[in-house]
Amino acid sequence: MQVTMTVNGEEVTRDVEPRLLLVHFVRDHLGLTGTHWGCDTSNCGACVLWMDGEPVKSCTVLAAMAAGRTIRTVEDLDSGGELDPIQQGFMECHGLQCGFCTPGMLMTSRALLDANPDPSEAEIREAISGQFCRCTGYENIVRSVRWAAEHPDGSAGDAAPADEGEEVSA
Amino acid sequence: MQTPAPFEYERASSVDDALALLDRHGPEARLVAGGHSLLPMMKLRLARPEVLIDINDLADDLGYIKLDGSEIAIGAMTRHAELLDSPLLAEHYAIFADAERVIADPVVRNRGTIGGSFCQADPSEDLAAVGSALGASLVVRSAGGSRTVAAREFHSGPYETVVGDAEILTEIRVPLRPGAGSAYEKVERRVGDWAIAAAGAFVALDGDTVADVGIGLTAVGAAHFCAPAAEDGLRGQPATEENLAAAAAAAADATNPAADQRGPEDYKRHLAGELTLRALRRSVARARGEGA
Repeated sequence: MQVTMTVNGEEVTRDVEPRLLLVHFVRDHLGLTGTHWGCDTSNCGACVLWMDGEPVKSCTVLAAMAAGRTIRTVEDLDSGGELDPIQQGFMECHGLQCGFCTPGMLMTSRALLDANPDPSEAEIREAISGQFCRCTGYENIVRSVRWAAEHPDGSAGDAAPADEGEEVSA
Repeated sequence: MQTPAPFEYERASSVDDALALLDRHGPEARLVAGGHSLLPMMKLRLARPEVLIDINDLADDLGYIKLDGSEIAIGAMTRHAELLDSPLLAEHYAIFADAERVIADPVVRNRGTIGGSFCQADPSEDLAAVGSALGASLVVRSAGGSRTVAAREFHSGPYETVVGDAEILTEIRVPLRPGAGSAYEKVERRVGDWAIAAAGAFVALDGDTVADVGIGLTAVGAAHFCAPAAEDGLRGQPATEENLAAAAAAAADATNPAADQRGPEDYKRHLAGELTLRALRRSVARARGEGA
């Protein structure tokens, strides 16, 4: 069957099997491998992307179900090479180690900040509670999201060394 | 990689269209709403529908929570996230937010629907216990018209409901009970997991007397997710700790839990009683305006 949807602002049309999952559609058919494919069971959240503006687990959505809808993946977060504040936050606060969970964490966190620009630690932990990180113990991810909340316009990465001490203790 | 077996995909544009598609494709067709129960089962080949009828385009028509006479009407395509955030439900039945907060996780709650939860009929479904506790009724449509089924008669077994092959659940209706308090208590192994056991309740008080009460249970093998004998014993009695505890013990007696990786039978039966007691206590406190 043929599916057409808008992905990161561009309309795409492909022939797919009805059973194709959205995560494999964006990775294998569109080459957008930023969205990761993890547990296959909607538990781990590595595959989170946005469908019609909301974070969803793309291993549990069919590409056919996404037809006619608007998809946004992690590749769309930066604008013209300028990182989104949430991406900067993960850099500033060491919000990743291996990076496998990071695209999903970024997409969920961006959605959280859009809805709630000043989330508490508890609200951040709730928002990412459907996503696994096996490196950071979540502490640095929570700090990264708080950094983005405190720097809604981002800030120069070269300010990082001076900030590092206070960010870690924040 | 987990991939479903091949199937044919259809997308319904209206309830009538969904009914026509069900009629055309017969008993091996399945409706898919949020898909967060059905698609995992299809990946494991525990479910193998020949045709999948996507009803997500019905979300505008069947996604609502509204007052309708003496009831709250909830469209079957209402997502878990909407149930959790609803001011109307929060005003009348705190049990919904209590339960929704512990159903899966926020991202899954963006997709899963109340209608899907009822029709999936998982024996550990939280909303099934909520529906039984509140004495909800469910509106089921077919080409010939609508029928209304009590929540306590909706499930015919694990993963089975009374919804026929050419029928669709369209609405969940909950009677209003001004002044009643309600609550949901669940124990799970980790955040977002299915319940080891869970209990929900509502209590309507007349002074200090329990004028009406509903008790729902899930994951513990209670028939129709309810405990009628426990309710009958408490109705008309003073809302004392002793009476609540007696009702909780009767609720535990209504269970028939199965031992599995979540725990042995005795533990689950104990949990059913304890969680019923907590849900009743909290319902009474809320009915008295004592908050949380």
